[in-house]
Amino acid sequence: MAREPRLVEVRRNVLKQNDVVARELRTEFREAGVFVASMVSSPGAGKTALLERTLTLLRSRYRVAALVGDLATENDAARLKRSGAEVRQITTGTVCHLEAAMVRSGLEGWSLGALDFLFIENVGNLVCPSGYDLGEDLRFVLMSVTEGEDKPLKYPTIFNSADVSVLTKVDLADAVEFDWAAAEANIQAVRPGMHVLRVSAKTGAGMPEYLQALEAGLAERRAAAT
Amino acid sequence: MHELSIAIGLVEAAQEEGARHEGRVCAVHLRLGKLSGVVPEALLSSYEMACQGTPLEGSRLVIEEVPVVVFCPTCDAPRSLSSIQWFCCSECGTPTAEVRQGKELELVALEIDDGS
Repeated sequence: MAREPRLVEVRRNVLKQNDVVARELRTEFREAGVFVASMVSSPGAGKTALLERTLTLLRSRYRVAALVGDLATENDAARLKRSGAEVRQITTGTVCHLEAAMVRSGLEGWSLGALDFLFIENVGNLVCPSGYDLGEDLRFVLMSVTEGEDKPLKYPTIFNSADVSVLTKVDLADAVEFDWAAAEANIQAVRPGMHVLRVSAKTGAGMPEYLQALEAGLAERRAAAT
Repeated sequence: MHELSIAIGLVEAAQEEGARHEGRVCAVHLRLGKLSGVVPEALLSSYEMACQGTPLEGSRLVIEEVPVVVFCPTCDAPRSLSSIQWFCCSECGTPTAEVRQGKELELVALEIDDGS
């Protein structure tokens, strides 16, 4: 007579491998004294434009580099290299998000100790990147004013995985009658207490506050090391 | 759509755990948090694909969805959310971002058929 299948308890995190690599990266970043910020958003929200401006502005005072995830093209990396900073592309193929192991291989040959800031631009996607820790110190979730105010309600998980919200393309806010209060309320609904920045990479509006957030992060990192 | 890569990782993990026991793995039990970023339906169909050509081919995936639990500073207690679009205490309405549960993506058990 056939027996009933027996149940064996296991308890194992499926993304454990990613979390292990992310933890190792975080330790390496801390030891090297580099502050690592990543960016997630939907495609076209302005990650590359903001990053290009960021690298250009920071480069005169800091040592900066960036890793850029993209499905197929190397257009973003080519664009970012115009800033003069070290930029590398991670072509993910059909994978819709970056994983910690991809970051690690993307960093091969780079000396982290020679950097102040490392930026990681994730693949444009508001769903898949949320579960993958990349070892970063700060995760920005970008949302452009042209996307509408309800993005946080549609993608609460990614807003929950991020540390700071950045509203981008704010120079277009009037043209699209962007409702600032609604956007702020929606962000606070899915992530109470979240810090929200407003920037235009085109005009430079809001860039000082945004850069300040990064510099504060680096200062904290350096203070913790001493 | 990252469920296929999750499914492949899950099948690999289940295979490793299954190898410690005599018999064939006929079902895999997963706890899946509402904030895991994984869609159960998409994972179920990816699972079947990921099992092909492995010892787990033909096995079932049993998903237990895990609701989000936050910590409410006012009640000083863990509380459920009424919706993942509204991070506030279901009892007193205090906004809170302190997630205590709901990000799980955890292989919790295997059903093993001894085949006798």
